[in-house]
Amino acid sequence: MKLHTISLNNLKRRKAKMAFLTIGLMVGISTIVTLVTLTRSMSSDIERKMDEFGANILVTPLSNGLAMNYGGISLGGVTFDQREILEEDLAKIKSIKNHQNVSAIAPKVLGGLKIGNHDVLLVGVNFEDELRMKQWWKLFGDAPKNANELLLGSEASKVLNVSSGDSITIKGESFKVAGVLDQTGSQDDSLVFASLKQAQRLLGKEGKITLAEVAALCSGCPIGDMVTQIAEVLPDAKVSAIQQVVEGRLKTLDQFKRFSYAMAAVVVFIGSLIVFVTMMGSVNERTTEIGVFRAIGFRKSHIMRIILLEAALVSLLAGFLGYAAGMGGAKLALPFMAESKTALIVWDSTVALGSIGLALVLGLLASLYPALHASRMDPTEALRAL
Amino acid sequence: MALIEITNLKKHYSSGEDVVEALRGVDISINEGEFITIMGQSGSGKSTLLSVLGGMNHPTTGEVEMAGIKLYQLPGERLADFRAQKLGFVFQSFHLIPYLTSIENVMLPLAIVKMSSKDKKIAAGKALERVGLGNKKDRLPNQLSGGEQERVAIARAMVNNPEILLADEPTGNLDSKTSEEVMSLFRELNDSGQTVVMVTHNPENGRYADRTITLRDGMVV
Repeated sequence: MKLHTISLNNLKRRKAKMAFLTIGLMVGISTIVTLVTLTRSMSSDIERKMDEFGANILVTPLSNGLAMNYGGISLGGVTFDQREILEEDLAKIKSIKNHQNVSAIAPKVLGGLKIGNHDVLLVGVNFEDELRMKQWWKLFGDAPKNANELLLGSEASKVLNVSSGDSITIKGESFKVAGVLDQTGSQDDSLVFASLKQAQRLLGKEGKITLAEVAALCSGCPIGDMVTQIAEVLPDAKVSAIQQVVEGRLKTLDQFKRFSYAMAAVVVFIGSLIVFVTMMGSVNERTTEIGVFRAIGFRKSHIMRIILLEAALVSLLAGFLGYAAGMGGAKLALPFMAESKTALIVWDSTVALGSIGLALVLGLLASLYPALHASRMDPTEALRAL
Repeated sequence: MALIEITNLKKHYSSGEDVVEALRGVDISINEGEFITIMGQSGSGKSTLLSVLGGMNHPTTGEVEMAGIKLYQLPGERLADFRAQKLGFVFQSFHLIPYLTSIENVMLPLAIVKMSSKDKKIAAGKALERVGLGNKKDRLPNQLSGGEQERVAIARAMVNNPEILLADEPTGNLDSKTSEEVMSLFRELNDSGQTVVMVTHNPENGRYADRTITLRDGMVV
């Protein structure tokens, strides 16, 4: 017989009350676990998507002229004093302080030329980088693998009247159309894509590029700093950040995060209140019992230990169950909440340990006053019979 | 020398502007090995006297000395330690812990004593044997009769070999036959050297005691 025998036996006897107590705290903990896991999983999903899809830094040649387009209508041929970036200079981007945040660099060379009777804009790209950054592209046919293969935008394919597998002639050379893009609704629809080297050769711009897209989107990436760092290593280039979409998404997520935490705090408060009220009721029910303990020589600290041990055991159980239920809830809710269907639950041992620890701390804090109240009971009042 | 020395004990309770004088200058001396019954009508102060003797109710004035220790001069929780080491309590309504078996109830005072679990079980088993319940160690209180519950309560009070056994109306909830059995048990314990102080309103119980102290209106008569 030790003090914990009393706590354990009491818990066994008052199964319904202890179940109520456990559920009360468990609901609070599971709500927190669900919200925290959902928020983390959604953040992770957005970050992943952004890393995959988005170029958010644009590197273009420095120009003394102003952009001659308005509302998407470009007034071609009026840009003057156009400089170009040397392809070898792009390697400098990998030397910036935040180079680890750069997930992809997609250089492009642009130039006009004639295919048959049509003026077309040829874009030289590294297909591997381009396809990785533009995962929304849908191809009819295959991605170009060889130097003499092309990829056509849907509009270009229509105008040139070719489809995948056909051949076209550019400057007397024959090229195979490996694939055609499904309509994207962007400028990509009217472009002809070739490999970077081939396009540079056809356009007479060997070793030069017109622009480069840099993908560096991830949570906490210092985009502003990276823009400055790239501008420093490429003084002849104009480096600009495309942040609006990203910031909008992250802001929405941040608002959801705040709302989640506020909601979790309310639920936890209610959970703690349930623990407090139940433990207080339990102590009051056990007045006689506590009186007996005091009469036979238990110290106040012994009484507190009995009550707090009960609270700790129930809280630990609530923590375990709350974590399990919370993760289950997050798994069920994630497909409805996340940006993509393939979003994955983030399993984090910190959340597991944190939820159990939080349950323990809350349970003990909420039981502290009832335990103190019990320990301060006057044994004669408690027993009444004496 | 007396084991218990009570000198000019007064206990007043305040209720608003009213003051109730439960004990009005009680002097009692009890020797080691004595069996004392304290009798008196309801409100005579006998239960208050027992709670003061039990170190659970600070007197308004006066002194209680037990085994050479001035009880109410003990600091802080030392009074609780004194109860654990020197006193055994038997309550009127048994006050067994309902979710503990007979042997666990008897072991209760040992829960705060540094002793191996095995030794605690042996001590509790012996105490139960002594009250004739060696075969009902694993019964819960609600599986025992009133007399058996009282015996378990006595075994619990005896398990740590207290110097003084305090009992408050131990036969108050028992029929006459069971009451006689319980009183005989107290007598047996006393015969083996145990000092017993019992509060009772049943004059029949007085014949088992060495001496009866009668209280009236908070004073010994």
